[in-house]
Amino acid sequence: MTNKVDISALAKLARLEVSDAELAKLEKEIPDILAFVETIQKADAGKEASAPELRNVMRADENPIESGKYTERLLDAAPARAGNRIAVKQVISRKKK
Amino acid sequence: MDLSTLTIAEARRALDAKEYSALDLTDAYLDAIKKKDGDIHAYLEVWEDSARAEAKKADEMIARAESQPLTGIPLAVKDNILIEGRIASSASKMLENYRASYDATVISKLKAQGAVFLGRTNMDEFALGGSTENSAFGPSKNPHDTSRVPGGTSGGSAAAVAAGMALGALGSDTGGSIRQPSAFCGVVGLKPTYGAVSRFGLMAAASSLDQIGAIGKTVADAQMIFEAIRGYDQNDSTSINPQRSDLGNHKGRTLGTLGVPRAFLKEGIEPDMLAQFEETLEQLKSAGYSIVDIELPSLEYALAVYYIINPAEVSTNLARYDGIRYGLSMPADTIGDVYAKSRSAGFGAETRRRILVGTFVLSSGYADAYYRKARAVRQLIREDFARVFADIDAVVLPTSPIPPWKFGDKADPIAMYAADIFTVPVNLAGVPAMSVPSGTIERDGKKLPVGFQIIGGWGNEEGLFKVAEDVEKFDTARRGRP
Repeated sequence: MTNKVDISALAKLARLEVSDAELAKLEKEIPDILAFVETIQKADAGKEASAPELRNVMRADENPIESGKYTERLLDAAPARAGNRIAVKQVISRKKK
Repeated sequence: MDLSTLTIAEARRALDAKEYSALDLTDAYLDAIKKKDGDIHAYLEVWEDSARAEAKKADEMIARAESQPLTGIPLAVKDNILIEGRIASSASKMLENYRASYDATVISKLKAQGAVFLGRTNMDEFALGGSTENSAFGPSKNPHDTSRVPGGTSGGSAAAVAAGMALGALGSDTGGSIRQPSAFCGVVGLKPTYGAVSRFGLMAAASSLDQIGAIGKTVADAQMIFEAIRGYDQNDSTSINPQRSDLGNHKGRTLGTLGVPRAFLKEGIEPDMLAQFEETLEQLKSAGYSIVDIELPSLEYALAVYYIINPAEVSTNLARYDGIRYGLSMPADTIGDVYAKSRSAGFGAETRRRILVGTFVLSSGYADAYYRKARAVRQLIREDFARVFADIDAVVLPTSPIPPWKFGDKADPIAMYAADIFTVPVNLAGVPAMSVPSGTIERDGKKLPVGFQIIGGWGNEEGLFKVAEDVEKFDTARRGRP
């Protein structure tokens, strides 16, 4: 059922750039891996485990971390900053059609 | 002190008796690393200065008679566990210069005991692999034969302990990543019950499978590290809350009956590895254990289930590495190109493969046939284990079907995946397991260690330690070591 896998489309979804040489390699490897896991289709199981294995774990919204305690540390880790913000390329375009 | 045979238990005694100081001990390990690690490459970074400072603090604790089990004990830490202010790279170009902004819970616990951190150890990038060959910084080598892999993903940690370059180490185990390198390097490795040790501050690979655990030279040493790091943590939502635990009542059961899944055991195991396993079974029998055949029919699907669930979760978890908040960032004109260029430059070949497979099995057209089906079959595997643990106390299997391979021998990803056959079922079920050295086999005139795996019911680490100590006794007797 998986003889055709569009690796370029997958790479785009996964936000990866793939060179032509790597693409050729992956076009063999990925279907091979999918064929390797194909045996589960033989397994006689319901559609999915009915009860989730893990509970959602919530805690009371109290005792917050002191404001600003980690700000510098986190900003230091960022590739680019502007004041107290992480600087990024424009996300929303203003261009009108 | 002879670092090749020194154990945590013996060092504890000697430190408390003031036969040597924690600083002497740490200096001895730093020396050993200098002499040996050029050949082994277990460490990505050694923290000489801070290790000595930690050792001095430990000596003060000992002088005040405040020593705890791991006070002054030099340990190695896998490169995917955070220590505040230290680089933690997961052996990836993506995080080559990333400094942790907080301590993992296991690190806080070890710091409170006054343990010494010697350095961070090599691994397969983002804990994906089985040999350390996927490290972006070159593989580690097996101390028993440097032409062979140490196993992985916690290969640096296992090699460091085996080569006398750390008294013990932290690793993480997603599908065998503590047990398999421990087997390959001839040391003891414990993967605790899922949720027994907090994963706060462990870089996530596959979250429903990941677990931090311990590597030591002996069962007692692995147990000492486990005792120090275990426990509920409100910062890890999957950590087991003893007040609300709904685990089966497996804790504290004595392990008199061991089950062998005979049908599963035939899968691709090399004859002398199997013979070694059978010999250990015979020894356990003569020591009074009863050995029974068991059926775990769903285990035939374990590898397939694992290699769907693992990439699915990996592709999701690694989505956070996007060149925006931390880690490698490649300049580009648009934000989309920043993501793609950073991820392509930062991730190695195996990591990219897993992300692509994970993206595929989670894609809307295929999620039912792959990811959801795998989750359903995973439930059958859990139920198989739950059923057998009603009648027996532990399942025993070899840790690996094959001995450590030569570098490059498993360049085909599927050949590498297939070697995980005996370890992945444990993570899928969430049960605890350990690998204990049990004899050797010979390849090319070199003696290579073999690991014996003991798998217990949920929460029954204590029971594992008892069987493991018996296996250890046979091994010590066989090698004629004290």
